[in-house]
Amino acid sequence: MQQQFRQKLIISIVAWAIAIIMFFPIFWMVLTGFKTEVDAVASPPQLFFKPTLESYAEVQQRANYVFFAWNSILISVGATICAILLAVPAAYAMAFFPTKRTRKTLLWMLSTKMLPPVGVLVPIYLLMRDAGLLDNRLALVIVYTLMNLPIAVWLLFTFFKEVPHDILEAGRMDGAKPRQEIWMILLPLALPGIASTALLSVILCWNEAFWSLNLTSSSAAPLTTFIASFSSPEGLFFAKLSAASTIAIAPIMVFGWMSQKQLVQGLTFGAVK
Amino acid sequence: MATLSLQNIRKLYSTFEAIKGVDLEIEDKDFTVFVGPSGCGKTTLLRMIAGLEEISGGDLLIDGQRMNDVGPADRGLAMVFQSYALYPHMTVADNMAFALRLAGVPKAERNAKVLEAAKTLQLDHLLHRRPKELSGGQRQRVAIGRSIVRNPKVFLFDEPLSNLDAALRVQMRVEIAKLHERLNATTIYVTHDQIEAMTMATKIVVLNGGRIEQVGSPLELYHHPANMFVAGFIGAPKMNMLAAQVTAVGANDVTVTVAGGIAVRVPVLPTGLRVGDQVTLGLRPEHLVLGAEGIPGRAVVAEHLGAQSYFYVDLGDGQTVIVQADGQNRTQVHDQVRLAPNETACHLFGQDGMALPRSTPPANDLAPPTPIRAVR
Repeated sequence: MQQQFRQKLIISIVAWAIAIIMFFPIFWMVLTGFKTEVDAVASPPQLFFKPTLESYAEVQQRANYVFFAWNSILISVGATICAILLAVPAAYAMAFFPTKRTRKTLLWMLSTKMLPPVGVLVPIYLLMRDAGLLDNRLALVIVYTLMNLPIAVWLLFTFFKEVPHDILEAGRMDGAKPRQEIWMILLPLALPGIASTALLSVILCWNEAFWSLNLTSSSAAPLTTFIASFSSPEGLFFAKLSAASTIAIAPIMVFGWMSQKQLVQGLTFGAVK
Repeated sequence: MATLSLQNIRKLYSTFEAIKGVDLEIEDKDFTVFVGPSGCGKTTLLRMIAGLEEISGGDLLIDGQRMNDVGPADRGLAMVFQSYALYPHMTVADNMAFALRLAGVPKAERNAKVLEAAKTLQLDHLLHRRPKELSGGQRQRVAIGRSIVRNPKVFLFDEPLSNLDAALRVQMRVEIAKLHERLNATTIYVTHDQIEAMTMATKIVVLNGGRIEQVGSPLELYHHPANMFVAGFIGAPKMNMLAAQVTAVGANDVTVTVAGGIAVRVPVLPTGLRVGDQVTLGLRPEHLVLGAEGIPGRAVVAEHLGAQSYFYVDLGDGQTVIVQADGQNRTQVHDQVRLAPNETACHLFGQDGMALPRSTPPANDLAPPTPIRAVR
């Protein structure tokens, strides 16, 4: 009993410590957003100060937040839809008609995620330039789709794997064509898994900064570019940067918080149970 | 109404041959049961008939038409899966109507057919529930209902009762038998449970290692097993197999000696047997009598079931036999007993495991023996 309690206590302390360490930068960012530029760089850092909306006002004045946010939404949702549309048939084939190389194909797909993106920066930049897609939303939709495709296929594959084969075979006995089998049986059953995959993809797209900073400048720029535009090589900018970051991540934080239950359930318990 | 014909059917998984050439005729309205130990190929064979597994060799004919390359939905079959395989996201009514919906049957007709099947199976009050809100037995009935609605030529059942508890299994067994009686449709039923096979089948197909061991009616298999495998598989408790040595060969019988030097005269034709050969004597528990004479042994376990009792008797040489006795029998564990075999009901198996042909029908045979087909 005593030992069980001690064990629980230790686990709780470790869990809280990790949670605080992970949350602290976000907390500090939100706090800094409400400081004046002078307070923001004060040494030692101040925990208590007189809050001000000065930075938010200035951020609003200098850039059109709604425009960037709209780009973020279009690009994230667009890329997610494309990724899911491509990943569903791929995962279906791999889960239900596996060959000797299916496992290896999956591993290979995932291994492409281990390559640092900067390694393909030049070729992709040149491709996009020649296609006339620089500073175009379509460029980011294409890149994000490809970026998330391995993860989407992998996740959907594991969700589809959990759909009992018998049920699909029963559908086949009942006369379902492959398209009907996917649409009327598999997708409804794997819906929680598909939703989780889509949520994760939206979050990853929203937060992606490397490609958006390199491929866009103004007309197609999402919120990551918006944040970056507030950093400058000289002068005081931490408070403004923090304010911009706070309003840039706010939508996805709210979205993530609302879909948290769905996300955790989908990613841990599987799709069908 | 349909007949099925399997002609030298084979199934090859890269290097492993799961079905090694099966020939089988299934008559119209037959209730055929495929039975055998796990891994014998019975489910594979059923899935090949259903069209869910490709046929590697041989021909499958339904009503005389070759069906090897016809899709599962177009063979006119319906299947009840071991896991029921209901669509979890659909109501009972939608589950049952799904095939008709895919076939483009108008809604009114669909509903009428579903309602009719639901009434037959006493599901009409559950039509709006989802599978997860049903008990095991109800799910089973929905799965059967889903196949009835399609009005198939042949019903296929893949171990449908193995997920149910013992009491429900007996009840569903009776219901499926009644249903077959009423629908009178050709049925193929796969099970590993020989009691299910014995109670429901008009024809049992015993499979082992991808081959048919024997085909026959339940009582044919019980009284005329073609070989040691069938003899041991059909019947519970199992047939006792005693090592024996041939001591005399007559025109219409063979005399063998078993443990304790007891001689048993078995009425079989001594095809190829010679004095001194090692053979196996097969004796069902009910064909041994506990009494004052016969094979000596010691009772080690007693199972009292009420109407009858089973005694496990150690013969002292490593062999244990099971004896059925009257429920009133007062034999105690550790008692020294003697077992008298009912000679006319004995089976004799040669060294190749094949049964020697009988010269007279066994004492309690109900049906006159029909020709038995043994494949080996």
